[in-house]
Amino acid sequence: MNLTVWTRLDVVARNLFPFAFTLLLVMGAVIPLRVPDLSPIIPSLGLISIFYWAIYRPGLMPGWAVFLLGLVQDLLSGGPIGIHALVYLLLAAAVGSQRRVLAAGSFTFVWSLFLPAAAVAFFLIWLLYSLNIMAMIDPRSVVFQYLTTVAVYPCLAWLFAQAQRILLR
Amino acid sequence: MKRPSGSISHLATPVRAWAHRFAFLLLVASAFGLMLLGKMDSLLVERARTAVTDAAAPLLDAASRPSDAINGMIESLGEMADLRAANSLLRRENDRLRSWQALALELEAENTALRKLTHAVQDSSLRFVSARVIGDPGGAFARSVLVNAGAREGVVKGQAAITSDGLAGRVAEAGMRAARVLLITDINSRIPVLVGKGRDRAILAGDNSAQPKLLYLAPGIEVKPGDRVITSGRGGAFPRGLPVGVVSQAGEGALRIQPFVDWSHLEYLRLAEFEFSGVFQAPATMNANASTEANTAKKSQGAER
Repeated sequence: MNLTVWTRLDVVARNLFPFAFTLLLVMGAVIPLRVPDLSPIIPSLGLISIFYWAIYRPGLMPGWAVFLLGLVQDLLSGGPIGIHALVYLLLAAAVGSQRRVLAAGSFTFVWSLFLPAAAVAFFLIWLLYSLNIMAMIDPRSVVFQYLTTVAVYPCLAWLFAQAQRILLR
Repeated sequence: MKRPSGSISHLATPVRAWAHRFAFLLLVASAFGLMLLGKMDSLLVERARTAVTDAAAPLLDAASRPSDAINGMIESLGEMADLRAANSLLRRENDRLRSWQALALELEAENTALRKLTHAVQDSSLRFVSARVIGDPGGAFARSVLVNAGAREGVVKGQAAITSDGLAGRVAEAGMRAARVLLITDINSRIPVLVGKGRDRAILAGDNSAQPKLLYLAPGIEVKPGDRVITSGRGGAFPRGLPVGVVSQAGEGALRIQPFVDWSHLEYLRLAEFEFSGVFQAPATMNANASTEANTAKKSQGAER
């Protein structure tokens, strides 16, 4: 074992990638794109990222990181806090319990399981949000956001797979 | 050779699993705790939110510039195509507006004369802070934007945010260098307005759709599509007479309005600092209102908040 300081730093930096990149996605989702009608149905990239890393590198996406990412999303969105933190935690825990099956499965298999997982997550966010503000949020717009999130999943998962291959080996 | 660590790891695994589970439960409990805290102490949450938006502001400010530039380029390319048609259209509109301007000047003179005659109290003046939109959280749950001006630039909670078209929203939180503007379409937005020529009072309530609803209109008042809606300034939080939109849907169902603001081109917002607000009225403000020295009033108001 002759790990120098630099190699150790390199390992730490590489291991930070899932968390740091998810944080960038969560913050990047706030950048205004000014594409007409896109804003209300913007896909939830944080959800995809947490789902992916909870399957393939759960050690690099621990509970506190998931909690923190959800909290940042809550604070940036301007809505009630704690909702995304809770739903992301539950998602990561649910994925973690089925990790062996998911990690061994094909891409389409994982994607097909992302559909119900994201549906439950969006439903929970919708429910908690509506309860919190004591008014019902139009479920149609939530469904649209769910659909765009599901549609974006393959692109992001491919990107993560490349990053995982190059950075995390 | 048997290593002694075997027995320790044998013992450590359940302990680690237990600690893991405990940490998870603790985090879940804290998430619930935060939700409750947000309900009980909104000021604390507001502070946390402004801290995060302030921290993210420089990053968002830089990141939103390329997207603005690209959009500007695409738009100018599109405009180039029908430059001639737009030019003749603008000429005609200019002629039409010139006659409106003459009328407006005449009415303004008449209005001033009548005000003087009746010793009407002067409307307080507005001061604007221009800010660039640097963030749009999007999603199905809320309608708000972040702007790159905060307390440093004189932005305070409650100010009206307008574009050249009309009212866009109000400042919900103001940090040091960034502020959050709650749009009039947000489900939490409630704005006192006046409807139509009769200037009937109503509340404009957002529901996250593109067309907010009109609530609490007195019974028997007829509203028809095309009626203009302006801010009433009641409660003093808002300037009076800012254009909001036109009634787009009237009849048996909900009354809805089409806002004047073009949501997909929300690039700059002007935040209106109202120098005379009813709710937080300081005694100094009333005195200052008689004289034209509104600046001192603003300062005392700022100190009070």
